[in-house]
Amino acid sequence: MAHSYMRPVLLIALLVALIALPSVAQASGYNAVTSLATRVLIYGIAAASLNFVLGYGGMVSFGHAAFFGIGGYVVGILYQHFALEEPLLGLIPGTNQMLITLPAALLVSGILAAAIGALSLRTGGVQFIMITLALAQMLFFLFVSLKTYGGDDGLIIRRTNELPGLNMRDKHTIYYVCLAVTVAFFALLYRLVHSRFAQILVGLRQSERRMAAIGLSPYRYKLVAFIISGMGCGLAGALMANFLRYASPDMLHWTKSGEFMVMVILGGVGTLFGPFIGAAVFIVLESLLASWTEHWQLGLGLILLLVVLYTQGGVQAVFSRLPGRR
Amino acid sequence: MLKVSGLQTAYGRSQVLFDVELTIGEGEVVTLLGRNGMGKTTTVKSIMGLLKPLAGEILFCGQNVRGATPESVARRGVGLVPEGRQVFPTLTVRENLVATAANRLGRSDAWTLERVYELFPRLSERVDQSAATLSGGEQQMLVLGRALMTNPKLLILDEATEGLAPVIRREIWGCIEALKGEGQSILLIDKNLSVLKRLADRHYIVEKGRTVWSGDSAALDRDSELVHGYIGL
Repeated sequence: MAHSYMRPVLLIALLVALIALPSVAQASGYNAVTSLATRVLIYGIAAASLNFVLGYGGMVSFGHAAFFGIGGYVVGILYQHFALEEPLLGLIPGTNQMLITLPAALLVSGILAAAIGALSLRTGGVQFIMITLALAQMLFFLFVSLKTYGGDDGLIIRRTNELPGLNMRDKHTIYYVCLAVTVAFFALLYRLVHSRFAQILVGLRQSERRMAAIGLSPYRYKLVAFIISGMGCGLAGALMANFLRYASPDMLHWTKSGEFMVMVILGGVGTLFGPFIGAAVFIVLESLLASWTEHWQLGLGLILLLVVLYTQGGVQAVFSRLPGRR
Repeated sequence: MLKVSGLQTAYGRSQVLFDVELTIGEGEVVTLLGRNGMGKTTTVKSIMGLLKPLAGEILFCGQNVRGATPESVARRGVGLVPEGRQVFPTLTVRENLVATAANRLGRSDAWTLERVYELFPRLSERVDQSAATLSGGEQQMLVLGRALMTNPKLLILDEATEGLAPVIRREIWGCIEALKGEGQSILLIDKNLSVLKRLADRHYIVEKGRTVWSGDSAALDRDSELVHGYIGL
């Protein structure tokens, strides 16, 4: 790729800007920008996770909200048991420590992704879309009817999870924690996307038969990719529950899966940065349009239409075609 | 190494193979001849497990592989270079070669990128180019290289030179000859009878889904009238 030496420079510039963002926002009186940026980072992780199966593996999952929501509920449920001081199922003690809740969210969403993937990956195409959607909706209705954990109303998390040595009541601290997690996630994703595993995944998208005839079992590779992707969404959900101090069935609703997909498409399917850019565009548009009209989805829909019809690869593709860069 | 007998295969209700026989020994180069639509590719697909045969026996290294999945057949050591240019278009040349590389049988003289580039110098000039940008001949070389990188015991080339320029064709034939020299077992399907006669040890002719003739290159010359009747040259 031409200008590849520009990449590290741009990355570092971006990172510096992200680190400076809360101070700049505070100084200029736009404190809300920090909260907005936190949401962009979290949704970026979720969208990038979906993009790993959708963009690289060609698996159009319409049920990734399930993993996002379960990640949030892990944080919420562990907090509730911590607050009430009664162990979950009489066995697992609750906790408000982020160093425990985030890995727990990864584990649970990974197990859920293994179960949903094992069932849905036996199909393909439209059936796959419908089965992931259906399984995610089942989970949504389960949590709606689960009165112990708030049912329809969701779970309020009175205090953000603790991290040793940090004041987690500070919005800036939460932003920096999310930024650190995002950077670590991105680094892992970068390695993953440039691994043999991702190349095989791309090959599978192009032809499963061809891969099978070379001796690779499509199902196994796709399942592993699906689990990784589900865990990424679970991580995002756990962060979101911490940020909002709230876990609700809305996080599991199919419209959330749709939002992730819109972010991926807006940003650029099958690219490393695309989903993060897509998440930023989506969140900013949502807040801008929503301040003008309550029918903000109409405006967003039109913009999505334009992006799909005219950008050939999302906002990310427009950037990379800007004059002076190639 | 490979022994196929009494093979019967159908696409849905229409049966294509009725009685295909085929044997390939260690280090042998064997061809499968016949006009279009006589069942050559169907035979290959049946061996690979891409189609499920109705009856018959497919023994690979003494084990029955009839009805096995394509991935398990490939893992046992059958490398297929299929019809058409079946590269992974968005991956680069290097990625195409490396992504699926394996040495499942633990061969000591395993194929490496360097050896593949040595065999096909054209590929070494296009290492970081995406496979979609290669010419047809280069793509076919890439598919052959990809198959070699899995270190197959038996290499199957199904019309590997179909539709390629004569220069490229000669280059590929040269490579196959080199592979034969290294003791690689190969099943060849092609239309270029004069080359096949020189390159291969033995030949099989299929006609309407049955093996109707088999013999070595000398016998092919001796029975030329009969052979031409079957192949229509």
